[in-house]
Amino acid sequence: MNILVCIKRVPATAGHIALTPDAQDIDTKYLGFTISPHEECAVEEAVRLIEKHGGSSTVLTLGPEVAIDQLRDAMALGIDRAVLLQTDGREWDPVATADGIVESVQADRAAGLDYDLIMFGNESADSAGYQIGVRVAEVLDLPCVTGIKALEVDGAAARVRRQTESGWERAELSLPAVFTVKEGLNLPRYPSLPGRLKAKKKDIERRKPEWRDGGLEKVRLKLPVQASHNVEMLGKDGDVGVELVELFQRLQLLERR
Amino acid sequence: MSSLPSQARVVVIGAGIVGNSMAYHLAMQGWKEIVLIDKGRMPNPGGSTGHASNFIFLTDHSKEMTAFTLDSVRQYKELGVFTQSGGIEVARTSQRMEELQRRMASSKAWGIDAQLVSPAEVKELVPFINEQVILGGFSTPGIGTVDSLRGGTLMREKAEAMGALTVVPQTEVTGITVENGRVRGVRTDKGEIAADVVVISCGIWSPRIARMAGASIPLSPAVHQMISVGPVPLFAGTVGEIKYPIVRDMDTNGYERQHGGDMEVGSYDHRPILWDPDDIPSIEQSKLSPTELPFTKEDFDESLEHALELMPDILGDPNVGIRHAINGLLSLTPDGFPLLGETPEVKGLWSVAAIWIKEAPGIARCMAEWMTSGIPEIDPSGSDVARFYDHQKTKAHVQGRSAEGFNKTYGIVHPREQWESNRRLRLSPFYEREKALGAFFFETAGWERPHWYESNRKLLAEYGERVMPRRYEWDSRWWSPIINAEHLAMRDRVAMVDLSAFAVFDITGTCALDTMQNLCVVQMNVPVGRVIYTSLLNSAAGIKADLTVMRLGPNHFRVVTGGADGPRDKKWFLDHLPEDGAVQLTDLTSSWATIGVWGPRARDLVTSITDADVSNEGFPFGTCRFIDIGPVRALASRISYVGELGWEIYVPFEQGVRLWDAIWQAGQPHGIVPAGIGVYGTTGRIEKCYRAYGMELEQEFNLVETGLARPQVKPQDFIGKEAYLKQRAEAPAAM
Repeated sequence: MNILVCIKRVPATAGHIALTPDAQDIDTKYLGFTISPHEECAVEEAVRLIEKHGGSSTVLTLGPEVAIDQLRDAMALGIDRAVLLQTDGREWDPVATADGIVESVQADRAAGLDYDLIMFGNESADSAGYQIGVRVAEVLDLPCVTGIKALEVDGAAARVRRQTESGWERAELSLPAVFTVKEGLNLPRYPSLPGRLKAKKKDIERRKPEWRDGGLEKVRLKLPVQASHNVEMLGKDGDVGVELVELFQRLQLLERR
Repeated sequence: MSSLPSQARVVVIGAGIVGNSMAYHLAMQGWKEIVLIDKGRMPNPGGSTGHASNFIFLTDHSKEMTAFTLDSVRQYKELGVFTQSGGIEVARTSQRMEELQRRMASSKAWGIDAQLVSPAEVKELVPFINEQVILGGFSTPGIGTVDSLRGGTLMREKAEAMGALTVVPQTEVTGITVENGRVRGVRTDKGEIAADVVVISCGIWSPRIARMAGASIPLSPAVHQMISVGPVPLFAGTVGEIKYPIVRDMDTNGYERQHGGDMEVGSYDHRPILWDPDDIPSIEQSKLSPTELPFTKEDFDESLEHALELMPDILGDPNVGIRHAINGLLSLTPDGFPLLGETPEVKGLWSVAAIWIKEAPGIARCMAEWMTSGIPEIDPSGSDVARFYDHQKTKAHVQGRSAEGFNKTYGIVHPREQWESNRRLRLSPFYEREKALGAFFFETAGWERPHWYESNRKLLAEYGERVMPRRYEWDSRWWSPIINAEHLAMRDRVAMVDLSAFAVFDITGTCALDTMQNLCVVQMNVPVGRVIYTSLLNSAAGIKADLTVMRLGPNHFRVVTGGADGPRDKKWFLDHLPEDGAVQLTDLTSSWATIGVWGPRARDLVTSITDADVSNEGFPFGTCRFIDIGPVRALASRISYVGELGWEIYVPFEQGVRLWDAIWQAGQPHGIVPAGIGVYGTTGRIEKCYRAYGMELEQEFNLVETGLARPQVKPQDFIGKEAYLKQRAEAPAAM
């Protein structure tokens, strides 16, 4: 089987988020970059599925050249191939992004690579639009389940589950399909040293989709009121354990058995 | 946690391993009302201590640093936070194997148990190592790791339990109050605290804090990359944090250190990544901590390959993952040594910075002793923050040298190795002449000093085997047989030596004699025109400095000391001037250039260029006076660091070339050679048994031990006299 995982390079933010003076971006002076925890699970799931069923995995991102860092991170975990839809740094809105991804998928199809599964994170870690996966499915006319936390593939069929407030929803569908994944689907692995070094040497396929106006314009970013933290020392030695348990119970962090 | 007191005996800023150790040792020295403040929270306020790899290798070629380290290990053991694991420096090259032999020599000299071991023996100690890629190792069983956060906490709590310490976390320093060059207090976001003594132990932030007081702590924050890889199956079930010896892969500038179930891999191999202290993120702006910056993995790729090659069984396991990776910040200094002592800019403001985990408690004890009695057991002179000239405190210098020094962390550094960055800064007036003669320049305190002259290469044929060629590459590195040829020519004929790097300062004023008597061991009440070589002692009669003094007038003494010692000696003098301003110190280092003219033909030469009487009777040894050399009025001093016969000739800086040319031309019939510092600082002085500060002389030794005790002790009081008299009455501990 062939799997495509789409990811987005985002700042690894700290407790306190600062904006650039023009309020157009997060100030990343002190920050590293990463992908969302949802996408990490999608990458992990793709690696596991290919390990189990054979085939090939591809990771794709739409972004500036520096986004190859995140592609290589995914390859370090076992993804076979990477595609960078290279932008000039301008931000693409969800409609345009989905369009760009669809184009790339169609180009792969024309070259003989058909995806059985296309996976996204449930939402990106920065703009959290929840849109790309659904839009790509819609344009490609594929079934789509969002927010999945369990996935089993059996031949051309997939069984998925997602968690709602009232319990688990289950779905069975035939592949090809699009899934957006939620953190908790699996426990992603860490990159091994050989994985990291292998990924460094792998080629990255660069495609240059033309910028398009999706119709959505970012006016500016605004920070919500950031919660301040208060630290209270409960004590210094082992006796503090009792207080700690009481506190956890009060905060309903402990399940009563 | 307490609120901020309004006054303190001493404020210690920064609660990393250094600040906590300082609080403890000050308390142990009897200090009360110690206040320890930090911007962060206890026990890990976010500085470099919090992410340190915490292992301690014992041997350093520097005696001072090794002494600090050994004392620290002793203290960590007492605190119960030291785990002995052993450690091995492995060699991949034959050059490194030679260096490891030199490590053995240093280990033996400092009393550290260590062995050179074969690859097979390394494999026995470290079963997961690929012994195929190494040639051997230098194994030190006493190496281990510490829990520095716990150690710091314990020391802090001990000081609190003694009733000596108040700890005030989450308090940001906003200013330091200085009046008349003296520290008076610390301003914070929680209020002001009055104190006459302030200790800056702020690690990478120290320059920022010092600047608030108008002082310099010249260090640069720099990245040291570190990853943690696991879970390592072999380490499963390890009790405590470490079982296997720590490995330093010296030739690739990396290390591997077990930490529980993980292996930490660290590197000093990547490009130097320096930060400005003002650019470091705040605690809130940081994902992890201000000193744990986002990992830049492309910088680490090569280190990964080296690590994988050395430990493929562990690190090549596809199930062993990189679980943690940081660009950790640490402090680098222009010469690699810590920054210790009272700042020369502000009285009462002490720097305790640029210190690693391995040496922190030892340094803190030394500093507390220094702050209390002025006589630390371990001599910290090499790390004295007062050792820098102003140019060495500039950002350009600090960053240039720090960047250059970073990749030398595990390097094979020759003792004579020269820095490459920020050269050609202090040039004597003779520089162009020297360059034309093919001078090979070494640097001292920014000065370019000829070490030997290629123009003298022709002397090699003249002296043949007498130049004692060095056949072993290491010995002959940063050396030339020409040095010995210059030496012989000086002994046979006459040589001229550029000594402009001397630090020169005048002590003047109505009470100048009293000040000089108080500071110097030798009688200073001598006739005007006398030159005196003297030692300066601390109150325990450890040797603080040695230098020469010319009495130029009843109230006028000119002090001449080594270029490298200048700033430290100057601070010692300034610290002991009377408070009423009756004595002044004027720094003339940049005003006077100096040429030494020595050799059996020196008198003939000087006679030919001056009308002054320079006969032995007319200008005896140990005297000085102004003489006219053509249109140049120069101060000639009949004294020598290379033996008789000759003069140091001091000339106003701008007239230097005229003096050089006069001596050079007059010297031709006498076969004059220009001689470098290779002769002056090494062969010449050693042949005459003249000691050098920092080499044979240091605070740990006394005058009796160094053979510098004179038959008589002057009747006047001087610093260290009481202890000196006692030393004279006892058998020396060493000779």
